[in-house]
Amino acid sequence: MNILVCVKQVPDTNEIKIDPVTNTLVREGVPSIVNPFDGYALEAAARIKDKDPDTRIVVLSMGPKQAEAALRECLAIAADKAYLATDRAFGGSDTLATSYILSRAIKKVEELEGAKFDAIFCGKQAIDGDTAQVGPELAEHLNYPQVTYGLEAAVASDGLHVLREAEDGNEVIGVQFPCVVTFTKPSFDPRFPTIKRKMAARKAQITALTAADLTGIDLTRAGLKGSPTKVKRTFVPPRKQAGVVVKEETVEASAHRLFELLSKAHVI
Amino acid sequence: MANYNAVTPEIIAELEKVAPGKVVTGKDINPDYSHDEMPVYGKKMPDVSIDVTSTEEVAGIVKVCYEHNIPVTTRGAGTGLVGGCTPIHGGVVLCTAKMNKILSYDLEDFVVTVQPGVLLQQLADDALKHGCMYPPDPGEKLATLGGNVSTNAGGMRAVKYGTTREYVRSMTVVLPNGEVTKFGATVSKTSSGYSLLNLIIGSEGTLGIVTEITLKLIPAPQATVSLMAPFENLDACISTVPKIFQHHFQPQALEFFEKEILVTSEKYLGKETFPKKLGGTDVGAYLLITFDGNSMDELDSIVEKASEMLVEEGALDVLVADTAPKLKDIWAARSSFLDGINEQFKLVDECDVVVPVSKIAPYVEYVDEIKRKYEFGVKYFGHAGDGNLHIYTCSNDMPVDKFNKQTEEFLSAIYAKAQGFGGQISGEHGIGFGKIHFLEEALGPVNIGLMKGIKKAFDPKLILNPGKVVSL
Repeated sequence: MNILVCVKQVPDTNEIKIDPVTNTLVREGVPSIVNPFDGYALEAAARIKDKDPDTRIVVLSMGPKQAEAALRECLAIAADKAYLATDRAFGGSDTLATSYILSRAIKKVEELEGAKFDAIFCGKQAIDGDTAQVGPELAEHLNYPQVTYGLEAAVASDGLHVLREAEDGNEVIGVQFPCVVTFTKPSFDPRFPTIKRKMAARKAQITALTAADLTGIDLTRAGLKGSPTKVKRTFVPPRKQAGVVVKEETVEASAHRLFELLSKAHVI
Repeated sequence: MANYNAVTPEIIAELEKVAPGKVVTGKDINPDYSHDEMPVYGKKMPDVSIDVTSTEEVAGIVKVCYEHNIPVTTRGAGTGLVGGCTPIHGGVVLCTAKMNKILSYDLEDFVVTVQPGVLLQQLADDALKHGCMYPPDPGEKLATLGGNVSTNAGGMRAVKYGTTREYVRSMTVVLPNGEVTKFGATVSKTSSGYSLLNLIIGSEGTLGIVTEITLKLIPAPQATVSLMAPFENLDACISTVPKIFQHHFQPQALEFFEKEILVTSEKYLGKETFPKKLGGTDVGAYLLITFDGNSMDELDSIVEKASEMLVEEGALDVLVADTAPKLKDIWAARSSFLDGINEQFKLVDECDVVVPVSKIAPYVEYVDEIKRKYEFGVKYFGHAGDGNLHIYTCSNDMPVDKFNKQTEEFLSAIYAKAQGFGGQISGEHGIGFGKIHFLEEALGPVNIGLMKGIKKAFDPKLILNPGKVVSL
């Protein structure tokens, strides 16, 4: 089983500041972290490897050289090998260009690894841009089936069984290999790196992939000029209030409780 | 015991003159003012409650109470665990929660001046914005600093930085007769007579009411790494603790806990953080160690050496948290132990004995042995680095009387043992009225006599938080 996990280095949103004039993120002096949702994707891959130690986990990121730190963290946690797609020509890419570059980079990594990936895992979205587009677009570029909002993934005979979060509960969806799965926050924290892995990750070789390495890449589809998205304005969306779950011991008790709540809210 | 007068309408009118619109009586009093977080010691509603907002107001109220012999109990956030702010003789409760302003920073002398109702978390966050750290770090981050000073709160970082006492430079105090005075100064040395400042710290509101505090800050460490070391059993885990110091490591925090209490806390938080099995071995207990320093490079070699030592001592592995999200995850479970216990059990009592670090292992062994005699469950965890153990008795189905009686017996035994090992009965929670008889037993008539003398020197009419710390 070969799994590729796409990760992005993002500023720690606990520390995030928005420049009031330009409306863009102030990145100076803000510590960088692995995008938390990508961390959940890596954990999902690690849990598959726990059951089948022959599983190989490769991480791939696109970004400047500093993103190596995020890849090293992934190596310390669970990854076996890391690649960084880095080139000035990739700078300023929107989600469409990013997913295109990643799809080309994945082909190159498969060539270097000498094996195809059975599954590509991504975080559902990055906490700096919050678009949730790169994963699904990547699936389209690769022409793979996709499952979004995954919580856990289990290997079945011909694919994955993915437990996914839906509006009104969780559901399990089966998907055939090769596939793309994006992950959201599960009910467990991703594992911590061990000291041994941490020390090994510090010295690990991270393979850089430049535009020249990605055979057949159409550079008009990469970087700023390959990005149709124009950001007109950014804002923090209003917070959606959490719903109330009525879960009493019996159906009758639940109905009573619901009636009480609705009466209290003067809805009925 | 002193004889106190009832609060008459005339007295209420006098109080109203001092604090117009703030005097609350009878059923309008917030029921929370009748207890702290350990209601097992009993509740009592005050006759009057006042949410004070200034030193002058406190002084005026105390003066009225002094003249009429009315007991005054001060409270902050009410997060205490020994009944310290329960107004057991009724009278007036002064709540300082609204005195919650951080007044000023002096970054030349590294001090901050705060009102007593400022919350620990509030100061910790705000100090960081100034590049500083306020080192005391009790688990209860929503306690007020006034409460922290009155109990000499310690917390996780005490192993490296010491307790609240080390950080109080000076304070404004309202004495029981309503006089306002200042103790201490913004200096790091003093050899100027008896330390009245240090008498107030840890006096649980029995000697004076603190209305302003100047606290020492330190430059915030630039790098922090936490290590989690799972062990097969508690014995291996605890016996490693003294070795950490013998190898000259200086952890900022050093905590131990068993798997069972961790599971309770993870259930409360609704997520799993810590591994329960490693390489086929079930984990029995964990050490959680934090190192801080000026840079990651400086910490890297310390972390490597410490990890090597931990594995040599039997740690099943060493896990590393060196990013903000991982540090948050690793400490969230530890910080919710008490919440987890409170959620799971109807009856809870506790003690926070402190023993020499070298005696933690035999002490815990004793607790494990003696607990079998009782029907309640016993859970414990502790600040391993300073030998401060938090031991809880918990039950859901015992009758209250029986629970209290058995707990009393159990605590007597474990307090005696702690003393036998050269320890103290409370490391950071205080005495309140829940532990007075234990303190009397532990300190003996000579020392208790001195304490009573101090109480009388400050408070001859015994109106301040009567019935706490010492019984007169």
